[in-house]
Amino acid sequence: MSHFIDRLNFFKRTSQPFSDQHGATTTENRDWENGYRQRWQHDKVVRSTHGVNCTGSCSWKIYVKNGLITWETQQTDYPRTRPDLPNHEPRGCPRGASYSWYTYSANRLKYPLIRRQLVELWRDAKAKNSDPVTAWASIVEDPVKAKSYKTRRGLGGFIRSNWEELNELIAAANVYTAKQYGPDRVIGFSPIPAMSMVSYAAGSRYLSLIGGTCMSFYDWYCDLPPASPMVWGEQTDVPESADWYNSSYIIAWGSNIPQTRTPDAHFFTEVRYKGTKTVAITPDYAEVAKHADQWLNPKQGTDAALALAFGHVILKEFHLDKPSTYFTDYVRRYTDWPNLVLLEKREDGSYQAGRFARASDFVSGLGEEKNPDWKTVAIDDATGEIISPNGSIGYRWDGSGQWNLQQKDGKTHTDITLRLSLVEHHDTVVDVAVPYFGGVPSDYFAGNTIKDILKYKLPARKVTLADGSEGLLVAVYDLNMANYGINRGLGDDDSAKDFDDANAPYTPAWQEAITGVPRDKVIRIAREFADTADKTKGKSMIIVGAGMNHWYHMDMNYRGLINMLAMCGCVGQSGGGWAHYVGQEKLRPQTGWLPLAFALDWSRPPRQMNSTSFFYNHASQWRYEKLEIKEILSPLANPKRQSGNLIDYNVRSERMGWLPSAPQLNTNPLHIAKAAKAAGMSPVEYTVAGLKSGKIAFAAEDPDNPQNFPRNLFVWRSNLLGSSGKGHEYMLKYLLGTKHGIQGKDLGEMGSSKPQEVKWHQDAPEGKLDLLVTLDFRMSTTCLYSDIVLPTATWYEKDDLNTSDMHPFIHPLTAAVDPAWEARSDWEIYKGIAKAFSRVCEGHLGIETDLVTLPLLHDAPAELGQAIGVKDWKKGECELIPGKTAPAFIAVERNYPDTYARFTSIGPLLEKLGNGGKGINWNTDIEVAFLGKLNHQHTSGSNEGRPRLDSAIDAAEMILSLAPETNGQVAVKAWAALSKITGIDHTHLARYKEDEKIRFRDIVTQPRKIISSPTWSGLEDEHVSYNAGYTNVHELIPWRTLTGRQQFYLDHDWMRDFGESMLVYRPPINTKTIKPLLNQKSNGNPELALNWITPHQKWGIHSTYTDNLLMLTLSRGGPIVWMSEADAKTLGIVDNDWIDLFNTNGAIAARAVVSQRVMPGMVMMYHAQEKIVNVPGSAITGERGGIHNSVTRVCPKPTHMIGGYAQLAYGFNYYGTVGSNRDEFVIVRKMTKVEWLDNEGNDYEQEAVK
Amino acid sequence: MSYFDAIFFGLYPYVAGTVFLLGSWLRYDHAQYTWRAGSSQMLNKTHMRKASNLFHVGILVIFFGHLVGLLTPHWVYEPFMSAGTKQVLAIMVGGIAGIACWYGALLLFLRRMNDPRVRATGSTMDLVIIGILLVQVTLGLLTIIPTLGHLDGSNMLKLAEWAQAIVFFKGGAAAHLADVGIIFKLHIVLGLTIFLLFPFTRLVHIWSVPLQYVNRRYQIVRARG
Repeated sequence: MSHFIDRLNFFKRTSQPFSDQHGATTTENRDWENGYRQRWQHDKVVRSTHGVNCTGSCSWKIYVKNGLITWETQQTDYPRTRPDLPNHEPRGCPRGASYSWYTYSANRLKYPLIRRQLVELWRDAKAKNSDPVTAWASIVEDPVKAKSYKTRRGLGGFIRSNWEELNELIAAANVYTAKQYGPDRVIGFSPIPAMSMVSYAAGSRYLSLIGGTCMSFYDWYCDLPPASPMVWGEQTDVPESADWYNSSYIIAWGSNIPQTRTPDAHFFTEVRYKGTKTVAITPDYAEVAKHADQWLNPKQGTDAALALAFGHVILKEFHLDKPSTYFTDYVRRYTDWPNLVLLEKREDGSYQAGRFARASDFVSGLGEEKNPDWKTVAIDDATGEIISPNGSIGYRWDGSGQWNLQQKDGKTHTDITLRLSLVEHHDTVVDVAVPYFGGVPSDYFAGNTIKDILKYKLPARKVTLADGSEGLLVAVYDLNMANYGINRGLGDDDSAKDFDDANAPYTPAWQEAITGVPRDKVIRIAREFADTADKTKGKSMIIVGAGMNHWYHMDMNYRGLINMLAMCGCVGQSGGGWAHYVGQEKLRPQTGWLPLAFALDWSRPPRQMNSTSFFYNHASQWRYEKLEIKEILSPLANPKRQSGNLIDYNVRSERMGWLPSAPQLNTNPLHIAKAAKAAGMSPVEYTVAGLKSGKIAFAAEDPDNPQNFPRNLFVWRSNLLGSSGKGHEYMLKYLLGTKHGIQGKDLGEMGSSKPQEVKWHQDAPEGKLDLLVTLDFRMSTTCLYSDIVLPTATWYEKDDLNTSDMHPFIHPLTAAVDPAWEARSDWEIYKGIAKAFSRVCEGHLGIETDLVTLPLLHDAPAELGQAIGVKDWKKGECELIPGKTAPAFIAVERNYPDTYARFTSIGPLLEKLGNGGKGINWNTDIEVAFLGKLNHQHTSGSNEGRPRLDSAIDAAEMILSLAPETNGQVAVKAWAALSKITGIDHTHLARYKEDEKIRFRDIVTQPRKIISSPTWSGLEDEHVSYNAGYTNVHELIPWRTLTGRQQFYLDHDWMRDFGESMLVYRPPINTKTIKPLLNQKSNGNPELALNWITPHQKWGIHSTYTDNLLMLTLSRGGPIVWMSEADAKTLGIVDNDWIDLFNTNGAIAARAVVSQRVMPGMVMMYHAQEKIVNVPGSAITGERGGIHNSVTRVCPKPTHMIGGYAQLAYGFNYYGTVGSNRDEFVIVRKMTKVEWLDNEGNDYEQEAVK
Repeated sequence: MSYFDAIFFGLYPYVAGTVFLLGSWLRYDHAQYTWRAGSSQMLNKTHMRKASNLFHVGILVIFFGHLVGLLTPHWVYEPFMSAGTKQVLAIMVGGIAGIACWYGALLLFLRRMNDPRVRATGSTMDLVIIGILLVQVTLGLLTIIPTLGHLDGSNMLKLAEWAQAIVFFKGGAAAHLADVGIIFKLHIVLGLTIFLLFPFTRLVHIWSVPLQYVNRRYQIVRARG
């Protein structure tokens, strides 16, 4: 009754002594203990995960108590593995474990918000105009009004609004933009669908229905490795982490496994108990180094040099001196080494490698009637005849049904053995010139000067070509040997004498000057790596992180190690291969998701854009381009053939249909049909005629013209302006029109040469975006810059799906509680906007014909674009053929008033056109009919009879039912579809799972293992772990490349002109951002230029963000930059000092972490540290210090713009320009005044450096 | 006897005493998890050993000195000790303990004011109560000065009479203090205020002084059933 009265028991003898009076019993009240018990009591546990960035894809238990989310712990119920293979669990990391903090934190977004200036204009306009679209027009078309709210972006001033008002405003803006400028001016950015597929699909479905543009993320994050499509025609297909356990030798190269792959790291440790050797290669003493047997630290940015030296040793010892039988057989079957390359004569009488010889080069096309331009050739060793072997891309699309890697002649189907080297059977030996970039001067990177052009002796075969001329052919095997500097005994002067030859490429001694790694270590590790692969048939693996991919010449780094793997037969073998884990995250049920995400059930094709080119173009980053073409051109190239600025290359690429465009044309694509009708033409004919006459042009050719601005931008599941936005300050100035920190001059101010293809406006427009809408659950940096902020459900408050490349399971996010306050899930938010759109568009947009431009896509017949040579229709070099020499132009009907009806139902195109992906297609009528039963059908309205898509779970069921990975009967259909093309029956890979169907409630119960599907090149079954390339090697499915094999040689004109047809070492580029500022704005403290490295951190990112109080408390509570002890000493900086970091792109303010971990010459700022937590002002800009991307600017690479050329063809998040950022340097110095710009009296001065 | 004397020395002691007892009881019954000393030693240990020990030893001596000195009737010690002797004894013991307590309280007060972690973690009442204690000890020490002027113990007897009148409900308690100095009066009013505030502060931990530890069994377990 009363604790106090209960104690009044002096007369009761309650205590019973025992054990000789040493103990006593008591009946004292112990209710107080309940407090400790209740601490861990809860009402329910719900399964969810972390839904945007995290590859970990760990399933978590979310605990709910009294209706509130309290904490999370790791789920431990993953399905079993095989005997000897460790289980996956427990998966998780401290970052994920701290996520529940967000739900009720002060930083949680609770209500729909809008900036005051804008809502006042809106309410005023609405009072004057009853029609919302007219009201919106009255604001954005008035320059004074538009400026009044755009210039306030990022400066606070949000007020609470409501869903109804904001949905109407957003819909009105979208309708007006579509009507006035074109629907492709409505843009949406959201990354990494795999982590919450339905949430991604909500926005992309809405945008695709109205004809808006969905933006890519993978290239933009620079996590997309262009090397992967180059070599394999596939993007980021990698082993699951369990396959590390099957490996016998692992190099962790630039991947900080325990820190950034925490839940998977146990496999890396466990495999060492089996005797597997692990090597860490990182420029800093990263955490992974202490888990490895050996640590190599090449100078940052020089990994390609190290990879070349490894390759040099492997080629010399395992292919030439004592050839490994396994390696030789592997490269013969699975690489382009036997393929023949035509030589081109140079002015000095020597030769250089040209393009691959094709069947069409020979008399009567070697009997090939279909696609002879796309059928590469080799020599049959038995007969010495030149033949066109199976597997090249020409066979894929010729309808023969024989596209496979059986060692057979493509024409006669007789068995063949391809000849690798011509050295025994050559007609002549010629000098072949190869570019060498190791001596390119650099301010900060040591080189090894030899000469710009090296000449090697190569055995060649003379042939008579189809046109009667004589041609010289060399094998890629010989080319590759020569390129690596291997002496073949043909009288070479330029190739290496031995491994200690420091003046010849690419020996272990040669690389010492560049990387700083001792030669003996290189030789030893190369031998161990290859020897292990030889003995285990390919069980050597390289785990790689994005760091190496963030350099301008990332393809060289990556191809360097991919070459090592391919020459050792490791690709496609369990326990071997290329294990790149960055950013993409495998969306396993991809073909089930695509129709939902891009509304392919209602209209095709959707508009998709590569973000790097988009932001380079529309954030005016190209106006500050300092990298000239001549700096990156091969010494072998004809400089006259390659001219212009980088932006010119991008424009040409868009024009030729290589890269996508957005906005697409300089006219409203909804107006074309009407104009065409008036002219008596079809919309496509009209567009082609307009382009030819110049009446119509691509928007990219005049990005500063208001007609071509991107007008509306949706950002969801993303922190575009606080994290991934390369050239952050340019985005602020040009896209948003608000305060920025740019310190440099544009091409006009510098008097540099202007672009050839792009119209130059002396005064660039600022504030191109009329409306920026961000959906988030927390007040991120991006939210602060937005006009409207919509509160979304956290990852523990919504239903969704999640898969990863790290493990083979699919598991859900589920709502532990309803979204707090007024938040809604992404699905519900876009549904609401779609509903408002359908209402607001009345009287403005009805049923319209939209003209969509579509680039030449990979995995479609259009990837057979220009086979030989590059011709630009605009220069009159060829005819404009849509879908061949230019993008395809496709008229798409849009039913705008039905946007909501279509959003919430599955459309009829799936029955009409089937479903599929990656070049195969199957009938899916049964699955759509099934969804009608499972989700029920609409019973009235324009979508009557169609399966319903009301809730996020309905959407998830659509994905799961349509995808082969989660529906066994679809998997069998998919393999059967592929079998038709390869001529080999693959259905045995799925037959035994035909009746297995995974539905949403199944995965809520327990994560489920996916079913093997032809969408991916690995298998998940009782015998092997998932490993990329496995079905290429074991099912003889060709790689989706020109030759059908893994390519060491890339023969496209631009590849050769830019010197990267084969692997070379190229030092980082000079971004020229330092000199104009070094010691120019001195504060008295010493200054030093240091390399800007932005890796992943331990206290934020992926499953949480850098504003999480728990993680901030474990770290330093604000922005930090790591630097070496040596550099800190030079600059007079001690640990925890505030420092200025800046260059011409912008400035950052942060604290210094002085550590032995870091090598001199670089600073590391963990990326995605929020601008909103503890960031003082910068003395350079006078504004608050920026984010890590405040000092970067996008600098695209022409070779990434190649398209319509087999594997070098565009695909969304597959290929294209990438936003590299590690070649950047910043000036570092100690800060003098620490100013918080808040007038709260906390400013102070740091002591000057003595 | 003035009106104020009646209020402060006749009525106020009962108000304060009632709040002190009832308040403690209610807090014990209704807010068990707040029944604690609220130690901040974990946050910052600097000078803590010195400050806390000086303060606690000092205040314990003072507390029991007051208890015994005020509530022991005069006739108990009269046979072997004069009032004057008792007073000198009180000044010496109280003075030494008072200075120790004062110095300890000052250090604790400054620590609570200046250490950002302690400041942020503690409540306002934590700061108020150590402040009041510091003032109270200061006042107590100041009473030594007038007392040194008349070491006959007469003043002390008046205070004891008053205290005993209050505690033993003799009535007319306030009259005993009619002509004691203002410094004594302030000291008493503040002292009563401490009793008044007691249930609302961390001082409640005094009730839970673990005296039973002196003769408890080594092992104490719950009885079965």
